[in-house]
Amino acid sequence: MKIAIPVDENHAGTAVCASLARAPYYLIMDTVSNEMTFIENTAADSQGGAGVKAAQLIADQKIEALLTPRCGQNAAEVLTAAKMEIYKTEYPSAKENLIAFSSGLLAALNEFHAGFHGHGGH
Amino acid sequence: MKIAVLSGKGGTGKTMVSVNLATAAQRAVYLDCDVEEPNGHLYFKPENLTEEPVNVKIPKIDHEACTGCRQCVDFCKFNALAYINKKIMVFDDVCHSCGGCAIVCPEGAISEWDKTIGMLLSGTSESVEVHSGFLKPGQASGVPIIKEVLAKAPGEGTLTLIDCPPGSACVVMESIKDADYCLMVAEPTLFGAHNLAMVYELVRLFGKPHGVVLNKCLEGAPNPSETFCIEQGIPVLGEIPFDLELGAINSNGEILVRAQAYFAALFSELLLKVKEAAARETAPDSQR
Repeated sequence: MKIAIPVDENHAGTAVCASLARAPYYLIMDTVSNEMTFIENTAADSQGGAGVKAAQLIADQKIEALLTPRCGQNAAEVLTAAKMEIYKTEYPSAKENLIAFSSGLLAALNEFHAGFHGHGGH
Repeated sequence: MKIAVLSGKGGTGKTMVSVNLATAAQRAVYLDCDVEEPNGHLYFKPENLTEEPVNVKIPKIDHEACTGCRQCVDFCKFNALAYINKKIMVFDDVCHSCGGCAIVCPEGAISEWDKTIGMLLSGTSESVEVHSGFLKPGQASGVPIIKEVLAKAPGEGTLTLIDCPPGSACVVMESIKDADYCLMVAEPTLFGAHNLAMVYELVRLFGKPHGVVLNKCLEGAPNPSETFCIEQGIPVLGEIPFDLELGAINSNGEILVRAQAYFAALFSELLLKVKEAAARETAPDSQR
């Protein structure tokens, strides 16, 4: 199973990024090979529609579960169509959330905000 | 001649100034570009009304014809398209109606449909021709409606007052783009001066001839907006008093110029100064 998390930096000790669509990187954890990789978020500097583009990017990685502190409506629509499961992160670091997720301690995220569209949220 | 009336915040008196300047003229066209909350028509109560819908083009995907090449997704600079589970998803609110996706699609699988985002209401009120734009609640951008309102502007000879949205964002830029002169309305407070500074920066960026009308003025009281005008060398074309009677007439939805000879004189004088300033500053040999 492949898990993705929006993160601030591209190393194992990184913190979770507060924004899904504007995160600089996504951490991708393959639980079968136990391999951790990072991809750059090319949607981060979009003028608009970052949520749609970021969700497309994540969906293209064949991710099955996304761990994120929050998620906008447009991104959620794309991710749901891609049949991805979305869970809410509970800890500051990516590592803690991966451990919590593997122990079944993270709950599904089911509140999606209307998007900030350049008006704060950072 | 097109005069845009603008301010850095709501409630400074843009609509009061533009409605009354239009009424003070012999003949004028009033364009309400404050499409999120148009209210000029409440004063004019225009007759012989006509209503036109304002539409934008949104892509429609023929999923049978789509081969999933994703050229449309990659092309869209606004990120309004996604390709998930072998199907294109369209995000109407993100789409800017550029039509590019339909052009780049090699399969001809994209057509466009008209989405109604608001309407244009036109009518007359005595010697004033009134056009107001209305954005439907929940729609993302009023810019397409502002374009339609501005398209109603007559030729050079007729005085046109453009009642702008508040602030200095895209919708204001769209509203002043074709204006010959920008009249900024400012309140006598520190907050008012701050907001004046924002629109002043905008009109300078656009290289528009401009002046200020000071509203809600109290005799003898300090006026930070006036101080700002003096410091920056911005021409002050008139002052409107903070007056109980004015407030009462205006809040009853009446036009000051039609209600009271005193206000008719005040706005006729202001109109004269605005026209003079606009004529002077837009003259071909102007040193601006």
